[in-house]
Amino acid sequence: MSAATSRYDAIVVGGGPAGLAAAYTLAKGGASVVCLERGDWSGSKNMMGGLIYSQPTGSVFPEFWREAPLERHVTRRDMWLATGDSAIKLSFETADFAVEPYNSFTVYRSSFDKWLSRQTAAAGALMIRETLVEDLLWDGGRIAGVRTGRPQGDLEADVVIIAEGVNTFLTEKAGLSPCPPRAANVALAVKEVLALPKERIEDRFDLDPGAGAAIEIIGETTGGLPGTGFIYTNRDTISVGVGVLLDSLVDNRAEAYNLLERFKQQSQVRRLIQGAAPREYSAHLIPEGGYSCMPRLYGDGVLVAGDAAGMVNAINSEGANLALLSGKMAAETVLACRERGDFSAAALGRYRLLLEDTVILKDLRKYDNATKFLSTHHHLFGLYPELMAALAREFLTVDQLSKAEKERLLLKLFRSQVPTRRLLKDFYQAWRALT
Amino acid sequence: MPEDRPKISKNSPDDAARAGKDAAQDSSTAGGEVWVVVEQVAGEAAPVSWELMGEARALAEALGVRAAAVILGAGAPELARQAFSYGAAAAYTGSDPALEPFITDPHCQALVDLARAHQPQIILLGATTRGRDLASAAATELETGLTADCTHLEIDEAKGLLKQTRPAFGGNVMATIITPNHRPQIATVRPGVFPLPEAAAEAGGEIIESRPAITAAAAAVRQLQFLPNPGEESLMGAHVIVAGGRGMRSAHNFALLEKLATELGGTVAASRAAVDAGWISQRRQVGQTGQTVRPLLYIAVGISGAVQHLAGIQESDVIVAINSDPDAPIFDVADYGIVGDLFEIVPALIEEAHARLSGAAGSDAAGERQIGVEST
Amino acid sequence: MAFHSVVCIKQVPDTTQVRIDPETGSLVRKGIPSVINPFDLFAVEAALRLRDEHGGTVTALCMGPPQAEEALRKVLGYGVDRAVLVTDRAFAGADTLATTYTLAAAIRKIAGARNDQKAAGNEGGEAGPRDADGEPVDLVFCGKQSIDGDTGQVGPGLARRLGFSQLTYVCSLLQIDPEKRKLRAWRQREDGRELLEADLPVAVTITEACNRIRYASLPDLLAAADKKIDTWRADDLDAERGRLGLKGSPTRVNRIFAPPVRQRGETVGEPGMEPAAVAALLFDRLSERGMKPGVARA
Ligand SMILES: Cc1cc2nc3c(=O)[nH]c(=O)nc-3n(C[C@H](O)[C@H](O)[C@H](O)COP(=O)(O)OP(=O)(O)OC[C@H]3O[C@@H](n4cnc5c(N)ncnc54)[C@H](O)[C@@H]3O)c2cc1C
Ligand SMILES: Cc1cc2nc3c(=O)[nH]c(=O)nc-3n(C[C@H](O)[C@H](O)[C@H](O)COP(=O)(O)OP(=O)(O)OC[C@H]3O[C@@H](n4cnc5c(N)ncnc54)[C@H](O)[C@@H]3O)c2cc1C
Ligand SMILES: Nc1ncnc2c1ncn2[C@@H]1O[C@H](COP(=O)(O)O)[C@@H](O)[C@H]1O
Repeated sequence: MSAATSRYDAIVVGGGPAGLAAAYTLAKGGASVVCLERGDWSGSKNMMGGLIYSQPTGSVFPEFWREAPLERHVTRRDMWLATGDSAIKLSFETADFAVEPYNSFTVYRSSFDKWLSRQTAAAGALMIRETLVEDLLWDGGRIAGVRTGRPQGDLEADVVIIAEGVNTFLTEKAGLSPCPPRAANVALAVKEVLALPKERIEDRFDLDPGAGAAIEIIGETTGGLPGTGFIYTNRDTISVGVGVLLDSLVDNRAEAYNLLERFKQQSQVRRLIQGAAPREYSAHLIPEGGYSCMPRLYGDGVLVAGDAAGMVNAINSEGANLALLSGKMAAETVLACRERGDFSAAALGRYRLLLEDTVILKDLRKYDNATKFLSTHHHLFGLYPELMAALAREFLTVDQLSKAEKERLLLKLFRSQVPTRRLLKDFYQAWRALT
Repeated sequence: MPEDRPKISKNSPDDAARAGKDAAQDSSTAGGEVWVVVEQVAGEAAPVSWELMGEARALAEALGVRAAAVILGAGAPELARQAFSYGAAAAYTGSDPALEPFITDPHCQALVDLARAHQPQIILLGATTRGRDLASAAATELETGLTADCTHLEIDEAKGLLKQTRPAFGGNVMATIITPNHRPQIATVRPGVFPLPEAAAEAGGEIIESRPAITAAAAAVRQLQFLPNPGEESLMGAHVIVAGGRGMRSAHNFALLEKLATELGGTVAASRAAVDAGWISQRRQVGQTGQTVRPLLYIAVGISGAVQHLAGIQESDVIVAINSDPDAPIFDVADYGIVGDLFEIVPALIEEAHARLSGAAGSDAAGERQIGVEST
Repeated sequence: MAFHSVVCIKQVPDTTQVRIDPETGSLVRKGIPSVINPFDLFAVEAALRLRDEHGGTVTALCMGPPQAEEALRKVLGYGVDRAVLVTDRAFAGADTLATTYTLAAAIRKIAGARNDQKAAGNEGGEAGPRDADGEPVDLVFCGKQSIDGDTGQVGPGLARRLGFSQLTYVCSLLQIDPEKRKLRAWRQREDGRELLEADLPVAVTITEACNRIRYASLPDLLAAADKKIDTWRADDLDAERGRLGLKGSPTRVNRIFAPPVRQRGETVGEPGMEPAAVAALLFDRLSERGMKPGVARA
């Protein structure tokens, strides 16, 4: 057999959650599929905070939680509003999340993606690693395959699913991208993994053995820039990181690494990570442009899924589940088209219809303005947490001032910082954008 | 010889066993000795053999047995005399045309015969390209344990076992290995690990001659040609290495390192970045995919100190690093770090070395280690 | 004339990451990625070049845990024709003597040897260690050494056990004479290089100077994915149990410990200091350690 001339039903570019879900679903559906990944391994170039959710993940990789390398099932989600030395903490904890199939898990993307890629290979997809897709092959106006960086590296297929992640090089080449990724549309996340013995983590975060916590932090942690800090507990490590919109980093001439250092110095954060030894450091971009920045999702012989399609819900920091679901839908579309042998844009357009019905597009539409709102309302991240903390501090400090005097004082402080009209407007807009 | 001492196991399917029986007839010695296989080229011994002789003697004393040299090939009487002066009480010699020049197979046959006949309990060889080959082949034939590249040898007094300590996992781990139930216990040791013992002027010993029974199969490998290193000393046994990295910027600039190396009596090596750039031959690459070196002095010039590079230099006695970047990881392992431009520092080092050399020639106090060895 | 080569590859932990846990004193291997022993890739390339020139077959052989299949899959991608994994709990803890015993048994099987004695004793009529695809082996290639064990003993050991010629530290494979069945190669020594000629069959160990592994072509990679990896257990080999794994290993690890760590030493000289002064300072330090510039060459 000469593999050079063998054609495949589908080529998937990218071995992240989106690409793997697509390749897995296609292979299970009986299609011949090659998944091309530039890294040593799927996951080797990926990083994530990161949480993955059972329901969407399980809908692609059934019962994955029984075998996949997972760190901890998350039973507690915290939201902090923090300043340099104080924090207002909102915590939700439930025993419901501690039973199978659990609600969500912390994972190491490197090992989790590797596992997904093994499942995908076992399902019959051809996983080709260390192979960069450099270009698309065209047959007239139709995409007919890909050109890789390897010797004799052309590969043809009926359809190409682009799941290349946040750097949308091929999506643009395919002529699908409406707005090239601008700094305003992507956030830069930097993350450090810190090692701490299992029992110490459970003690410190007040967790049952095996259970985990996810903490999201707004405020001083990002130096007042629009973004959030996060802490996730893994088995015997803690992931800490900050994600900040790229343009605000540039505008403020801030270094992401310094922000992370600053975040780690925040009083309440510092306590949680004290004595933990740094293991690794990584940085990655997140597309946060939302619905209006999504590319066209299909063309003749091509579909786009996952981060490449801008499918990230920045507000709830969900991306992997959208990637998994969209990859699966792309594959289902291809399987349906395969029956009729029609891979034209018109036929593949079915993908978009499938997505309409899912949380993916519904949520993305809903939060479309969120990023824009956040990027133009820096004081949400700097000033308001300061004020809230001041308020709490003042109220909870018992001294010679009466409560009424305190109220008056705080109101004055508030007014001096934010005009009432502005405050009302902010809250109204925030409500519209975020809920 | 204690009764319960394990016997050499016989490798049944081999004709060497038969040869072993023949050889056993002219054996009159006690057995249980500590042997050193002398590595030689045309009658000249490799220094590592005498370094090992000193160690063998100490081990033999601890065990209350003889230390002996095994001299296969040319130059036997003279080499035996030297062996005695370095501490051997006996020398087993074997000569046969097939033993010159060194080819592993005939040497293996000869060594295995001798071991079967005289039952040494320990055999030491240099961890050189030849010693490693011969040791592996002989240990396989004798079906016994072999520990490579030992950096420390010691007798466990209680059990009479040889404790062999060696680096593993790229030098990140040290392991002590024993061979509890098989004899002989075979170990190889890199050159320079043990000091060269003082040679005794008048020393004698017993010479046991043998005629190795070498089969025709031994002729399966033949040496057609030998090219000595053209002026370039091998990295494997070098005492001083001056290595350059990407910071050297060009092949031309390596001449600077050549000069410094010449002054110090050493040789030049490189990081992979310099090799990949084509500035120097791949044979000079040090590191995980190059060579592991163990010089007395390693001078890293314009090398950042990537883990893969460090894997090859960990066992150097002294590391000097010259780098313009004060945060370069090479400084974490360097005994002496110089932060500066190599194009200023290296010329200064050349001058200083030259000046000291002309002043100090011939005045080295006894026992002091020299940087570099005299090369003839 | 075509040749059949067997390349022995070993899956090793990335040793740059292996450490001794300072508290427990045990080896930390968890989470450390496995790689193909880098020297073995030079061996793979050498075998492939030989095949590309003269035709024939390259079989990759690996003894290791089941996940070592990954290493074999990878070399299939370079164009290796066949891959054999020998894996069994019984092989665990093997030192080089037990390793060569096992690998030699596997190579005999690869070469198509059969052992009627053992097959006869087999109840289920399963023809023991007989390999239907067997084909005589002309060359065995190994890396010059593994980066975890670092012994370089397996290559010579295999030569001995198989009765092959032994050709180690090969830094340049020159030519093979198909008629006379002879191989010529340069071998690296401390003091120079020697040109050796060896009769086939031969076991060769390859150094880094020999070649660079190719960038696999896409068709080779795609073809690799479809290839079956033969997996053999102890019972599939003509081997005595007692000579396998830990049982068959004369050596025992008595103790492991962390090497004395290299400490960050002293910075010689200060910023702005004259290079000559820095140089003088360095040589002072070296002579304090008993090192003096050596006797210059005549
Ligand atoms: C700090 C951080 C925290 C996050 N936290 C969460 C979280 O808690 N929960 C959540 O659900 N999501 C989270 N996300 C988002 C999530 O990681 C992404 O949305 C998800 O990984 C997208 O999957 P993907 O398959 O589309 O892209 P990717 O995972 O980026 O995969 C794309 C793959 O394609 C490969 N590739 C790209 N170009 C080529 C090419 N030309 N040729 C070959 N291969 C190529 C890449 O190497 C990569 O492996 C987080 C992201 C970050 C950065
Ligand atoms: C599987 C694998 C195996 C490898 N095996 C090896 C190996 O065996 N050996 C090996 O060496 N590498 C190996 N490498 C490569 C290794 O990772 C590094 O890339 C390499 O060692 C870097 O070489 P370098 O230090 O010369 O270059 P760089 O890392 O580029 O360092 C150059 C240094 O020169 C300094 N410098 C520049 N100019 C000057 C100046 N004027 N004065 C003073 N200092 C200056 C710089 O500050 C810098 O620190 C391997 C890599 C891999 C992935
Ligand atoms: N378990 C193994 N499986 C296959 N080949 C091996 C194995 N162990 C060692 N080798 C081969 O023997 C060479 C030398 O290994 P070592 O003697 O361990 O230094 C390696 O480069 C491999 O080619």
